[in-house]
Amino acid sequence: MSEQLKVKTMQEFMAEGKQPEILFWVGSAGSYDDRAKKITRAFVKLLNKAKVDFAVLGTEESSTGDVAKRAGNEFLFQMQAMMNIELLNGYEIKRIVTCDPHSFNTFKNEYPGLGGNYEVLHHTQYLKELIDNGRLTMDGDGYKGKRITFHDPCYLGRANSVFDAPRELLSKTKADVVEMKRFKKTALCCGAGGAQMFKEPEKGDMDINVMRTKDALETQAQIIATGCPYCNTMMTDGIKVHEKEDSVTVLDVAEVLANSQGL
Amino acid sequence: MEYVPNILFALALIVGIGFFVRNVKKLARNIKLGKDVDVSDNKAQRWKNMARIALGQTKMVVRPIAGIMHVIVYVGFIIINIEVLEIILDGLLGTHRLFSPLGSVYNFLIASFEILALLVIVAVIVFWVRRNIIRIQRFIKPEMKGWPKTDGNLILYIELVLMFLFLTMNAADFQLQQIGAEHYNKAGAFPVSQFLLPLMEGLSESSLILVERTAWWLHILGILAFLNYLYYSKHLHILLAFPNTYYGRIKPQGQFNNLASVTKEVKLMMDPDADPFAAPAEEDTAEEPEKFGASDVMDLNWVQLLNAYTCTECGRCTSECPANQTGKKLSPRKIMMDTRDRLEEVGKNMDANKGEFVPDGKQLLDDYITREELWACTTCNACVEACPVSIDPLSIIVEMRRYLVMEQSAAPMELNNMMSNIENNGAPWPYNQMDRLNWVNE
Repeated sequence: MSEQLKVKTMQEFMAEGKQPEILFWVGSAGSYDDRAKKITRAFVKLLNKAKVDFAVLGTEESSTGDVAKRAGNEFLFQMQAMMNIELLNGYEIKRIVTCDPHSFNTFKNEYPGLGGNYEVLHHTQYLKELIDNGRLTMDGDGYKGKRITFHDPCYLGRANSVFDAPRELLSKTKADVVEMKRFKKTALCCGAGGAQMFKEPEKGDMDINVMRTKDALETQAQIIATGCPYCNTMMTDGIKVHEKEDSVTVLDVAEVLANSQGL
Repeated sequence: MEYVPNILFALALIVGIGFFVRNVKKLARNIKLGKDVDVSDNKAQRWKNMARIALGQTKMVVRPIAGIMHVIVYVGFIIINIEVLEIILDGLLGTHRLFSPLGSVYNFLIASFEILALLVIVAVIVFWVRRNIIRIQRFIKPEMKGWPKTDGNLILYIELVLMFLFLTMNAADFQLQQIGAEHYNKAGAFPVSQFLLPLMEGLSESSLILVERTAWWLHILGILAFLNYLYYSKHLHILLAFPNTYYGRIKPQGQFNNLASVTKEVKLMMDPDADPFAAPAEEDTAEEPEKFGASDVMDLNWVQLLNAYTCTECGRCTSECPANQTGKKLSPRKIMMDTRDRLEEVGKNMDANKGEFVPDGKQLLDDYITREELWACTTCNACVEACPVSIDPLSIIVEMRRYLVMEQSAAPMELNNMMSNIENNGAPWPYNQMDRLNWVNE
């Protein structure tokens, strides 16, 4: 067991009669997937460092229903959404931050139509805000001279036009941020979206994540940064297919930042 | 006798435009087979999108070579239409070069048309080479076999012939002006067609008039024929790109619509006061329960059907699609072509049955679009981003997945497992909801 994280649930805030600054929506991957849990912990370390008064829903959290919606199960999506909205509105949540672009997208764009109106931020946007406000300082140059390339998650970039926050954060570590041949609006998908994460791909002559990691490897970057737990899994698997796992690492932007601060 | 040409011309015009109007009506009727959708919002933004994307061609030039060539043909098409106006008036009134009193302005106009015509010829040849010699990937995908390939080439041939007729007409006219033929007053500047003059030398005045008149007639009849070819071709985009970019997506690409029919049912289920055994209210019994998702073109909304007619099969969507690039069957362009072909089939069925659609045992799902294609999509929106005229193939894919999942329970097994996990544990994996906070202490 590593160092103790300071994490409070909404129930605890309620019991104290207080409201948190933000609700951190951990998401299903961030809660259960071993790799994604590390991203969650890295982000919380940064929140702790910046002394952010944040809450999680803990065992009250449930799937946003996003993946069901992309698969075509509008019924299940709306059931999940309305349950979540009842809970979030009951707690009078105003601001939600999440490490998952899929949750980010559905909260921001699809929940309002069902009665859930919140300010929604991707964790890279929130971390940038903390740095801009001087609450989080970035020291050290452990990443100086390292090449990092950022893989745009579809539902953060193309779908919601968030391109700059993750790149600005990466350049704060003094690393060289290099771009792949297709990036921002024309970035290639990692292959996990639209519920593909949960099924085998259809017959083809290559897997999408292998093609995308090829793009990343062409930049000669030592680190592939992502901002999505699913992209992280896909890129990590892709690196293994290319047998480059010894020389190239896949990290979330939050992990790069936490590492650079020795957290 | 002297009015025979005028009368013939008026007849050709009436027939040409009459057929076109008939086709436009059919087009509008077919598009209206789609469900209603509210697109009355954001008018200012919509006009801006149309001006920027359709008129300004901003998304075409993302690919510079094809983009610039396309801008040339597009500008040529629009500007040369001023000349067509003169031709039509000349034809009806029996005049010759009616606008020539404009003097130097007229000379400038004719000179610009000629230069544009030459540029169009160059662009059309480049396009033909790209399709037939270089064989660029996106033009030779499986869905481009047969008619789509012929159609693409036919359009290029027609444009080429029209431009040559225009230049031939001018060259003969210029030569007639030189020899001082009656009616052929000196007007216009001919920077391009003057190079055709050596071909005209030695021809008698009557032969020259024959050449000029033949080119003139074939040019305008060709334009009328081309106008009527549009409906049977992918080339409708020259008209539909404008409404399509106006009605195109305004919201962020990641935002999928929430089905209102589902909301109604979910609210009822979650309402603790609702009596599950209550008899349905009077007005409820009257309406048939709404079908979830789409299995045929009538289940799509009319903007999606307009999308299908607007598609000019350029294939930029397909070339950006991650599934297609990795060899899967899915091609967003094929989704649009299939939707249009099925809609045409439905339209023909209605024509044959006094305007009523008689079920033909076919539908868009399975008979045109296979499940394998639908399940290969990552919903990444690359196709939507790539389309130069704001077509949204993804929305059709999602609508058809909705039908498969909610009406047929026909999702792939792994996805059914994922969905039952969400139903049972609130997560796509089979983990206990009570373990959601375990990461804090690991």
